[in-house]
Amino acid sequence: MTPDLRAFAARFMGQAISVFARFVTAPRAIWKGIEPVPRQRVYFANHTSNGDFVLIWTALPAPLRRQTRPVAALDYWLKSPLRAFIGREVFNAVLIDRRPDARTEDPVTQMVAALDQDASLIIFPEGQRNSSDTPLLPFKSGLYHLAKTRPAVDLVPVWIANLNRVMPKGEVIPVPLICTLTFGAPLHLSEGESKDAFLARATEALLACKPKAEGLE
Amino acid sequence: MTSPDLLWLLAGAGVILVVASIIGGILRQRLSPNGENPVIENLNARITSWWVMVIMLGLAFIAGRAGVVLLFLLCSFAALREFLTLTTHSRADHWSLVGCFFVILPLQYWFLYIDWYGMYSIFVPVYAFLLLPILSALRGTTKDFLIRVSQTQWALMICVYCASHVPALLYLHIPGFEGRNVILIAYLIFIVQLSDVLQYVWGKLIGRTKIAPNLSPSKTWEGLIGGALSASAIGTALYWMTPFSLLQAAAICLMITTLGFFGGLVMSAIKRDRGVKDWGHLIAGHGGFIDRLDSVIFAAPIFFHVTRFFWSTT
Repeated sequence: MTPDLRAFAARFMGQAISVFARFVTAPRAIWKGIEPVPRQRVYFANHTSNGDFVLIWTALPAPLRRQTRPVAALDYWLKSPLRAFIGREVFNAVLIDRRPDARTEDPVTQMVAALDQDASLIIFPEGQRNSSDTPLLPFKSGLYHLAKTRPAVDLVPVWIANLNRVMPKGEVIPVPLICTLTFGAPLHLSEGESKDAFLARATEALLACKPKAEGLE
Repeated sequence: MTSPDLLWLLAGAGVILVVASIIGGILRQRLSPNGENPVIENLNARITSWWVMVIMLGLAFIAGRAGVVLLFLLCSFAALREFLTLTTHSRADHWSLVGCFFVILPLQYWFLYIDWYGMYSIFVPVYAFLLLPILSALRGTTKDFLIRVSQTQWALMICVYCASHVPALLYLHIPGFEGRNVILIAYLIFIVQLSDVLQYVWGKLIGRTKIAPNLSPSKTWEGLIGGALSASAIGTALYWMTPFSLLQAAAICLMITTLGFFGGLVMSAIKRDRGVKDWGHLIAGHGGFIDRLDSVIFAAPIFFHVTRFFWSTT
């Protein structure tokens, strides 16, 4: 395929995935602590489904969507040519290697490089999908390192509600249910704040975005 | 499927909306030029949504039987998605929920489309009722089992079964009324929705005595009586476009406006229990599909069966 055709196919595929996500989940963005304006941001969200970043991407207004790149696991997204096309070209993902011993590039360095190219990022600080009964798994330290290296960037907590019920792990056909995305107030690293204190504060900020109504957990 | 009477009704709705849009525009200019008054912003959002709904309905009527059935299928889909978002279910219900959306919903509308009354009138209350719990039981999770299957059945009855009785009106055979059944749909929706709007207006003007303060602070006896009576008066004046006589039209209108009111009350009770204000967010100013359709959903099946029993030959 020529590069033009590939780019067109990627845009078309992105739209198609977005329309499908709307059909199934009618995603509702609640801008609770922040407005949808084009500022550089790192959206950090709870992770229960592979569709998580698609939903955030769909809920963002188009101009913001274009500058926002999901951070995703290389081992998952390079498994097949179709996945690689979706990961790399449709969503322009920053692909990181989750295996510390096998990787050649440091994930934080990759994310900082993307930020330096003016991209916004979507990250899942739990590092893997949460299928436990606790609302959040302990955060990995990447978020802290981003906050430390690029202190001016807004770190925005986003709670994705209900997507785990749309498509529980292991199921193939999604059940159409409404999902909400609650965007909280942005965080920054305070002066002298330790890693553990910052990650605890980020966890609290994300949990505070969780809707209270039953059925929307 | 267009008839002069239908054009009258649509034109009437159009005139009401033009007047409403002008009033909304003036109010915005006077009181909320920068969008600072939420009540006026909500009013204007509602009016805009009404335009969309009337245009969609008009287009469906022009497209004929298939168009109307398809429109209500889509409304049922959106309503079911809203309803099941708020019900209790566990992972064990995944296949029964998939079945609700992708088997039962399309089949109900298919049976309706091919005019198989014997099937669509019992499909959800008999077949879905008995078969869906089996799917959930096979997965073996017993926690909240009765709650889960009952709520799923309730969602199907309201959002699929009852809602499908609106397009079902197209399939009645009323002597002397052939080819004009679409009027029954337009009439039902127009009167019930008009009653909703007038109940709100009367309630704002003279409403004092709350009917169920725990459920809804805005529903008052004054609003109900004023709204139902004035909408019924307008519906009675339009009797000439229906198969009903003047008195019959008055009785029918009182029935559907009252049912519509209590439909809204029942659906409010569910929302209160679940701790939400609206069922959804897709209809700007109104909330979700169920917020707008609750009264029509409650009025449609009984309107259908009363009309069928007394006027239809099938």
